[in-house]
Amino acid sequence: MDILQAKDRGVNSRDSSAAVHLSAKFHTFEGRKSNKAREKAMTGVFLICGLISIAFVIAISGFLIISGLPAIGQIGFSEFMFGTKWASTAATPSYGILPFILTSIYGTAGAILIAVPVGLLCAVYLAKFAGRNVAVVIRSSVELLAGIPSVVYGLVGMIVIVPFVRKAFSLPDGANLFSAILVLSVMVLPTVISQSETALLAVPEEYEEASLSLGATWTETVFKVSVPAAKSGIASAVVLGVGRAIGEAMAVMMVSGNVANMPGLFRSVRFLTTAVASEMSYSSGLQKQALFSIALILFVFIMIITLLLNFVFKKKEKAS
Amino acid sequence: MKTIPHEKIAASRKIKIGILNVLMRLSFLLILALLTGMIGYILIRGLPHVTWSLLSQKPSLLHDTDGILPNILNTIYIILITLIFVLPLGVGTAIYLNEYATKEKIVNVIEFATETLAGIPSIIYGLAGMLIFVQFFNLKTSILAGALTLVIMTLPTIIRTTQESLKTVPDSYREGSLALGAGKWHMIRTVVLPSSIDGIMTGCILSIGRIVGESAALLFTAGMANNILNTGQAFLPGNAGSTLTVALYMYAKERGEFDIAFAIAAILLILTLIINMSAKAVAGGMRGRA
Repeated sequence: MDILQAKDRGVNSRDSSAAVHLSAKFHTFEGRKSNKAREKAMTGVFLICGLISIAFVIAISGFLIISGLPAIGQIGFSEFMFGTKWASTAATPSYGILPFILTSIYGTAGAILIAVPVGLLCAVYLAKFAGRNVAVVIRSSVELLAGIPSVVYGLVGMIVIVPFVRKAFSLPDGANLFSAILVLSVMVLPTVISQSETALLAVPEEYEEASLSLGATWTETVFKVSVPAAKSGIASAVVLGVGRAIGEAMAVMMVSGNVANMPGLFRSVRFLTTAVASEMSYSSGLQKQALFSIALILFVFIMIITLLLNFVFKKKEKAS
Repeated sequence: MKTIPHEKIAASRKIKIGILNVLMRLSFLLILALLTGMIGYILIRGLPHVTWSLLSQKPSLLHDTDGILPNILNTIYIILITLIFVLPLGVGTAIYLNEYATKEKIVNVIEFATETLAGIPSIIYGLAGMLIFVQFFNLKTSILAGALTLVIMTLPTIIRTTQESLKTVPDSYREGSLALGAGKWHMIRTVVLPSSIDGIMTGCILSIGRIVGESAALLFTAGMANNILNTGQAFLPGNAGSTLTVALYMYAKERGEFDIAFAIAAILLILTLIINMSAKAVAGGMRGRA
């Protein structure tokens, strides 16, 4: 900023000597050989900074693959992926992670089924119907909801949702897949709301005006013109929500009961994420390696989602 | 909102419109109830237990005291160490992408890598951090290992916000500086960076938000200890320590001490609110100027 202000002063002042003085200073500055070397060095430094995030991705994938593959090889791929029994501490241990995979898929699907309709309708209301002040207040509250740590969701889920589910369905224990789905859907809501609202706000007004001028009411216009026009943004909101739900560990760990059952709505279950977290602290040997394999499978799921976001939705946006 | 007179619309259309309107307002009310209910519940259950003795003591079985001072300090240490490492890396990457990179391919690869990092769930970070920092670099379960794990996790945030604010620096600033004979690095250091300081600040605040809320990535990297460490110890390998979120998890899940858990939850909620508001204030200042 100093230089800029100095530049402005130099240009504006009638006395041109200031400007001359400045440029002369820079000239000698640039002329030095050490300065050129420094420029080159800095270019290198920034290049390294730029490459470091690539290095991080490679390091994470590398470490996960190296630690995750041996157990899969030892257990056998199909037995590992499609085995329905996880008994890592039994006398004859079996390592089948199908229960975890299915639980993660069902849990995520359930959360999305609840969160997307509610979140999308709420986003439509915020973007197209609500008054300016209401929208501002709700928007910052939704941001707050997005920022609340997942353990806090887990805590509220443990104290409020789990007892509620137990009483409402008269179960012996309320910590089950259903409670986890409820907590996950609340956690996914902010992502769905804020992403789809952004997409809806970006719809050109001309589209809506054209629809209105053809005799559609405002509600019809919003649902038949604005929402379809924002569909790629809404789709990426859904995929982001899927990513958040499938990767969530702590909150789910606190409300899902954490038993390696095949998934059922009112059964205690274990997700891919919680399977890793719950045994990590006391495991060793093949059991520990199998946990790394679970993490590897989860990582593959996440990579698929990232690729989907980057190459399917981004391409569409560029095309349109 | 000019619409055609209501009586001219066919009944079937009216019903559809009515249903949509009702559903929309119901969802909105549901969200509203959820927001106020959750925030209110946490504050009501938590705030009465936020006492000075809780904030200023460490837990001790011997003296029968409960306290979260170690967890507060650990959270601050982890924030500090993470920012020390992630700021130069993130700002450097953003500068490279915005000012230096000429080949589109490299830019695309770096941006893809950044987005991949942003999408990785924290439990995977925890595991990767354990493999890389705790075991491979032999830092043991320590605040340092936890902070380094969070460096990778928060890197995308810093890169994105810095990049956005670098884009708002007008080219005329750069041209003016170059025309006066400044070298590229000199120009970046004295003209471009000072003008994009608000973006970097926003990135810092958002990163602090993520660090404060993080638990899964720290469980196996920074550990669960509740000892009071001084600043020097926090930088050394081998000194484990749990942050507020990890402590909340331990109190709620392992020990069933829900009063302390809710007190921490209320503190975290208020911290989140402060962080969101300051991020907005800084970003608002940026928009106001641009």
